[in-house]
Amino acid sequence: MADKHNNVNHIETDVLVVGGGAAGMFAAISAARNGANVLLIDKNVVGRGGATIMAQMTCASALGEEEPDSPDQHLIDTLEAGRGLCNENLSALLCENSPKRIRELEDWKVQWVRQENGKIRQVIAPGHSRMRCVYVDFLRTGAAIAAALRNQISRNDAIRKLSNVSLTDLVTHDGEILGAVGFEVSTATPVTIQSSAVILCLGGMTKMFRRTTAPNNIAGEGLGLALRAGAKIVDIEFLQFYPNGHMAPRLVGLDPTTWEPTRVKLGGRLLNGRGEEFLNNYGETSGEKYDTARDTLTHAMYKEVKSGRGSPHGGVFLSFQHIQQTALKNALGPALEILHRNNIDLTKRPVEVYPIAHYQMGGIEVNTDMETGVPGLYAAGEIAGGANGANRLSGNALPEAMVFGERAGEAATKFTAKRSKRRWNKTSTRPHVELIKGVLGKDVGEGYSPASLYGDLKELMWTKVGMFRNEKDLSEANTKIRAMRLNELQNLVVPSEKIHNMSLVEWFELRSGLLAAEALTLAALNRRESRGAHQRDDFPDTLNNYQLSQKIMFENGELVSNLMEAPT
Amino acid sequence: MIDTKNTPPDHLKSTRLRIWRGTSREEGGHQEFEITFEDGETVLDGLTALRRDSVPDLAVRFSCFNANVCKECTMLIDGEVQYACIAKLHTGEMQIDPLPNRPLLRDLITDTLSNKEKI
Repeated sequence: MADKHNNVNHIETDVLVVGGGAAGMFAAISAARNGANVLLIDKNVVGRGGATIMAQMTCASALGEEEPDSPDQHLIDTLEAGRGLCNENLSALLCENSPKRIRELEDWKVQWVRQENGKIRQVIAPGHSRMRCVYVDFLRTGAAIAAALRNQISRNDAIRKLSNVSLTDLVTHDGEILGAVGFEVSTATPVTIQSSAVILCLGGMTKMFRRTTAPNNIAGEGLGLALRAGAKIVDIEFLQFYPNGHMAPRLVGLDPTTWEPTRVKLGGRLLNGRGEEFLNNYGETSGEKYDTARDTLTHAMYKEVKSGRGSPHGGVFLSFQHIQQTALKNALGPALEILHRNNIDLTKRPVEVYPIAHYQMGGIEVNTDMETGVPGLYAAGEIAGGANGANRLSGNALPEAMVFGERAGEAATKFTAKRSKRRWNKTSTRPHVELIKGVLGKDVGEGYSPASLYGDLKELMWTKVGMFRNEKDLSEANTKIRAMRLNELQNLVVPSEKIHNMSLVEWFELRSGLLAAEALTLAALNRRESRGAHQRDDFPDTLNNYQLSQKIMFENGELVSNLMEAPT
Repeated sequence: MIDTKNTPPDHLKSTRLRIWRGTSREEGGHQEFEITFEDGETVLDGLTALRRDSVPDLAVRFSCFNANVCKECTMLIDGEVQYACIAKLHTGEMQIDPLPNRPLLRDLITDTLSNKEKI
C-alpha cells in the first residue's frame, strides 16, 4: 500500500476516518462492520488523542434503569437546553440511539457503575429532568470508553490505524471528495490518501482559548478543512464555557473539569469571595442545588467577579467543607490521593473555580446520515454542529460522539459502495504536497514561531471572544485574526528539522484553525442578541427574530454568513 | 464556618533545566535553560513555556494536559520515568532526558508506537 516513490507515501482505502476519539473509533468500527476497508488516523495516538479520553463525567442515556425515562423525554430536555436552535432531527438521533451505544459498550466490557440491585446506576445532571447519566468510577468514563474502543479496533483486520499523521488538506474534484493529504509527524513525509469517503472526527476549537479543558490536539483545523472543501459550518458562535473549571491552587494529575461530577455526587457549595452563596441572586432558588444549567452558572460567576466579589485568583469558591470525609472518599476514590499530592484538603479549605472553554456546540453542518453536502465528506462528534443548538446538556457529548460516529461509518460505507472508480491522479494532490514541503524550513528571518502566534491567539480569543462579548472586542479580534491568517502565518519561521517538528504541526493547525477562529468571531459579531452560550453585553436579550441557525461558508477566499444582515 | 482565605499567587521561583537535545544518543547532549515558575507548576508547563517563548524547535509531545491519560509525555525526569504533565518543577537544577529504553527520535521524544501504527 505504501509507496515511497518521490518521498511521498501513498495509501488507498475505502473510508478514511480522521481523529481517534470516540467518534472516530466508532466510525471506523461501524464502517468496517458494514464492509469497508478503513484507515483511521490521528495526529497524536489513535485512541489516546482527542477529548474522549479526558472526559471524566457522564453519558446521558435514557436507559430507564434508575427511574422511568424515555428518549422522547431526553429529547425534550436537550431541546430546552438548546434555546430554540437545535437541529431536532440530529438531537432526536442522539437521544434515540444513545441507549444502543451504551449497551454495546457494556458488551465490550465497559464497567458502568451499578446499583445494589445490579441495574446500571444513573444520576441526575444539570438540565436533565430524570436520573439519566451513566458513568465509570472513578472519574474515568471517557478513559474506559476509549480503552474498550481501542480494544475493538486492534482486533479488527479491516481497520488500519496510523498514529502521528497530521491532515493538511482534503482533496476534491468537481466539488467531490477524492481523498486527503497530510504528513507523518515523525518524519515530515507527505502522505496522500485516496479514499471514496472521508469522515472528519477532529473535535472542536477550544484549544484556541487560554483557559481550556481541551487536549493539545483539538485545534479547530477540521472546521477549516471542511470550509475550504466547500462544507458549511453552523452555530459556530456557540462555545460552552464549563462553569466549575479548576483555577487554584495549582492542580495537576486531574483534569480541570473534576469538580462538576464531584459536585453532582456530593452537592458542593458555590460561594463568592466573601463566603456568601450567590446563585440565588441570579434567579436560582438555592446555591446548594445542583440543577443550574451551565450557561446560567457561568453568567453568575462572571458577574460576581466583575462586581468585585471574586476569590483571590479571580474566580469563586467551591466548598466541600460541609461534606464528611467518608463521603468524600466514596465519591472521589483515588482522586482524593491526587488532591493530597497537590496540597488540597477539601475538608479544610475550598478550591477556586472559574469558567473554562470546554465544548463547541456549533460545527460542520450535517444531516442525520452525517453527510456534509460535499459528496463523500462526513463529520461526526463535537465537530458536527446542530444537535446541541445554543447550549449543550451535561452528558450529551459522549453519546453524540458515539451515535454520530456509528451513523457516519455506516453511511460513508454505503456511499463508497455506490461510487465508481474515482478520478484520482497525482496532479490533484501536487499543490497540497508542495505546500507541506514549502512550509518545512520556511525561514523569513523574523524569528516568530507558530508556538508564539498560538500564545497570542489564545490570549486574544480568551479576552475578546470569551464568555461575554461585545461589538468592539469582537471587531478587534476579527481584524487581528484575519491579519494572522492572511499575513502573519506567512511570516512564521518553521525549522527544517524533519523529525517531530512541532512547528510544522502547529503551522498547519493554525492555517486551518485561524479560518475557524475567524468564522467564530464573525458569527459572534453577526448574532446581535444573547442566547445560550453566546452572551453579548451590548445585546443582552434573546430575540425571536434570531431564533435561527447561522450558516457560514468560505467562498472565493471570503467567509460569508446568512446573518450578515439582521433577520426580520 | 467557611475559610475563604486562600494562598495568594506564589512568588516566582527559578530553576535550571538540563534538557537532552539531539537525534542520537551518541551525538546529542544537554542544553541548559533558566526558567521561572510558580509553585505547583509542572515540567510540561516549563517545557511548553520554553517552546512558546524561546526554544520553538524543542521536540516534546503531549495531547491531554495535566490529566495523565494520553501517556505521551513520559520521559526521564531527574533520572526517574515520569509524566512531564504531572511532575512538579523544583528549584535548583532538574535533568530532563528521553526514555532510556526506547529508540530516540529527537530531543525528548522516543518511539513508543507499535510498527502497525506507523506508515
